[in-house]
Amino acid sequence: MKVVIVGDGKVGFTLADQLAKEGHDVVVIDKNKAVLNQLSEQLDVMVIPGNGASLTVQREAGVGESDVLIAATSADEINLLCCILGRKLGCKHTIARVRNPEYAEHMYFLKDELGLSMTINPELAAAREIFRLLRFPSFLKRESFAKGRVEIVEIDLKPGNPLVGKSLMQLQQVVGVRVLVCAVQRQEEVHIPTGSFVLQEGDQIYVTASSSNLLQLVRSLNLIRLRVRNVLLVGGSRIAHYLGLMLTESGISVKIIEMQQHRCEELCELLPKATVVCGDGTDKQVLLSEGIEQMDAVVSLTDMDEENLLVSTYARHLQVPKVLTKINRMEYIDVYREMGIGSAISPKLLCATDIVRYVRAMQNTTGGAVLAIHYLVDGQVEALEFTVTKGTKYLGQTLTQITLKPDLLIACINRRGTVIIPKGSDTLEQGDTVIVVSKGSHTIYDLNDIFA
Amino acid sequence: MNHRMIVAINCHILRIVALFMLPALGISLFQGEQSSVFGFLAAMALMFLPSITQLIPKWRPKRRNLNAKDGFVIVAITWVLVSALGALPFVFSGYIPNFIDAFFETVSGFTTTGASILRDVEALPMGLLYWRSFTHWLGGMGVLVFLLAIVPMGRDAGYSLYLLRAESPGPQVSKLVPRTKRTAMILYGIYIALTFLQIVLLLLAGLPLFDAITTAFGTAGTGGFSIHNDSLISLSPAVQIIVTVFMALFGVNFNVYYLLLMRSFTKKTFNEEFRAYWLILLVSSLVVALNILHLYDNFWVALRHAAFQVSSVMTTTGFATANFDLWPELSKTLLVLLMLVGASAGSTGGGVKVVRVLILLKYARNSIQKILHPRTVHVVHMDGGVIDRDTIRGVNVFIICYLFISVVSVLLISIDDFSFETTVTAMVACLNNIGPGLGQAGPIENFADFSWFSKLVLSADMLLGRLEIFPLIMACTPSFWRKAT
Repeated sequence: MKVVIVGDGKVGFTLADQLAKEGHDVVVIDKNKAVLNQLSEQLDVMVIPGNGASLTVQREAGVGESDVLIAATSADEINLLCCILGRKLGCKHTIARVRNPEYAEHMYFLKDELGLSMTINPELAAAREIFRLLRFPSFLKRESFAKGRVEIVEIDLKPGNPLVGKSLMQLQQVVGVRVLVCAVQRQEEVHIPTGSFVLQEGDQIYVTASSSNLLQLVRSLNLIRLRVRNVLLVGGSRIAHYLGLMLTESGISVKIIEMQQHRCEELCELLPKATVVCGDGTDKQVLLSEGIEQMDAVVSLTDMDEENLLVSTYARHLQVPKVLTKINRMEYIDVYREMGIGSAISPKLLCATDIVRYVRAMQNTTGGAVLAIHYLVDGQVEALEFTVTKGTKYLGQTLTQITLKPDLLIACINRRGTVIIPKGSDTLEQGDTVIVVSKGSHTIYDLNDIFA
Repeated sequence: MNHRMIVAINCHILRIVALFMLPALGISLFQGEQSSVFGFLAAMALMFLPSITQLIPKWRPKRRNLNAKDGFVIVAITWVLVSALGALPFVFSGYIPNFIDAFFETVSGFTTTGASILRDVEALPMGLLYWRSFTHWLGGMGVLVFLLAIVPMGRDAGYSLYLLRAESPGPQVSKLVPRTKRTAMILYGIYIALTFLQIVLLLLAGLPLFDAITTAFGTAGTGGFSIHNDSLISLSPAVQIIVTVFMALFGVNFNVYYLLLMRSFTKKTFNEEFRAYWLILLVSSLVVALNILHLYDNFWVALRHAAFQVSSVMTTTGFATANFDLWPELSKTLLVLLMLVGASAGSTGGGVKVVRVLILLKYARNSIQKILHPRTVHVVHMDGGVIDRDTIRGVNVFIICYLFISVVSVLLISIDDFSFETTVTAMVACLNNIGPGLGQAGPIENFADFSWFSKLVLSADMLLGRLEIFPLIMACTPSFWRKAT
């Protein structure tokens, strides 16, 4: 598919990166030539300097013949204008990043006039993700596949976890449901495990399970030690507003620490059920007096990455069970992991991920080799989703009869809406979608590439 | 630097070039030419040899990403390596026993120069003649561009632009379509189509198949190797006219053809460089034709020869239908100046490129204006847009390096004690990838009399000219190879 992206900021870059790697033809428009030059040298995309909301530039970029236009500049109004133009030129789908909640309201009202297929609000997306993580406090990360029916979750094997010392063949006895460990990170190394692989304390494991089995998995691993009841939000940003709404509505008590008096008053108005405290959230005294030690979860949401890291490290130090950190600069993610600040969330990255998902969903209807790619273990492992077609080899044969390339496994088969976590006796049938987990060493373009 | 990836790509290139030797091998087998069969087989075996390293998992590249530096290294190494190994069939078959001579001949082939050290070309068997002409065709569009067109890119294909940029001529190399692979495929598609068209037309003009193919290869790459000792002098006027037109066509930026295929007939398609290129071609042809009128029967014959020589020299092909060394001084000087200007950016031709000359002229005009009116602000306009400062600086640096290399080369070649005219034009003809110069390097002469040292200097000039100086110079800089820089 041909995709035009307006705005080469963090969101634009992440989008271009993902979409180009998934095999789409990407054109990026931005005003800043220097940034574009860098982009064109890093990714296999075409770049066009200029104002994305100008007709000439859009014509030059061939928006009219493209399938998707994504407007991801920092200005809502420009994004909307881009999409109106793009639609008029004949682009099939338009996506705009609109972060001002005042516009978000009349999105439905003007949907036809604006011709928008989707609007995305990074702060709202971040709030949703944080909310999701707070409901399953033991996972470091979750990725959804197959329209949300399958999930790959990342679990830290802490001392006392029943899985420690067990081989993967015994997994089902311990957990009680069929799940599959598709990747294990042990110190620096990543393993794609076989049945005889024995888990150790300190491993980070990536588990595939159907969404409905997730709760059972959590229960049998004794991962739910407590339900989150009290949450402290440090920093009264827009995310705090959205997140506060979601949390208070599901009956969780929320305390927000915000420095500016007038913002506190606004938040009070917006979130009647939440407690708003006016003070410096990085001040130890303030945190202690607001009872950070008794909290079930602390989420740091100030505008400064440094302050967020500071607050989160402190919360970890006080052994708050769940700590979440908003980070804009995700390139240092491995360092954050070492610091032990819990899960890190980047609104911009999430926004990009959501758009990529939408584009994938569109492609699913038009057909294509790879349906989705997710990167696990900091990009060292790829989880790819494919459709089994007529041309796929070994149709109808059981998995024991098929030999796969090394360091590669089929993590899940999705047959007409039911999720199968595969065993040796399962088969591949036409029309299935499968998730293949592989170490990045092979390049896989087609499902047939996985067979030895 | 990603050493393993550099090795892997070079192994791949050598395999491709070895496979390209197959037709030549086939011709040699068909002809029963045993020595050249042996030559090709041995060369192919040697070219496949480095690929053994790729069978060892430890030596295979871990990361596949490259940076700008890697791109330059790959281009520099590839071209030297391919020339050295491509020379082997000549050596092994015994037709050019001296390796330096064979290296010169092959460099001249791949860089599409067309300068030859062979006193008697016609003595070569057909297989070797085919290979010699084919190096022009492959070198014209570029070996790495071919690799980019056929190899699956993988997901981290961002690096590919560096390879495209390092091998394609011109101050600003941009992609035609979002994917580098598609861009490379489109370029080769146009290239193959035009070559095929020319072969067909040459056949219709009555040329034998083998002659048509080798001549088309020489034209397409703007190379200039002919399979006859007297270049194209003895061929029919029809053939000469076809070759004239196609030389001119291959000197055009291939982006223009792509835009034409996309049915864009705007001013953007026929850009300033395109117009300047044709203007120079036409005006020069007319001037030369009038200047040489007294040597030929009538104006049309004079114009045919003038147009042929002008487009041959300007597109840096180097074919000849007349010994222009015997022409009046004005024509000779004009031809040498055209050698310097060269063809368009993004074509298969060499030289400084018309677009660089245009940028420089505009920049010079601006600078002079600035002296007259110190407070005025100037930018260099081109095709309705503005050329940014970095590009202008790049062009300036290119010209400075170019002049410096010229001066040093002339000095080194002058050791051979030829006349000034011969020494200078030999250097100009090699650095700009034309082939024949004047005097003893003239169109019906050859480079056999130069010493081995001069041949090496000229080989270096040819490579520098084809790769537009920077990759090779960088690869020769010590700090470039130091770690952690």
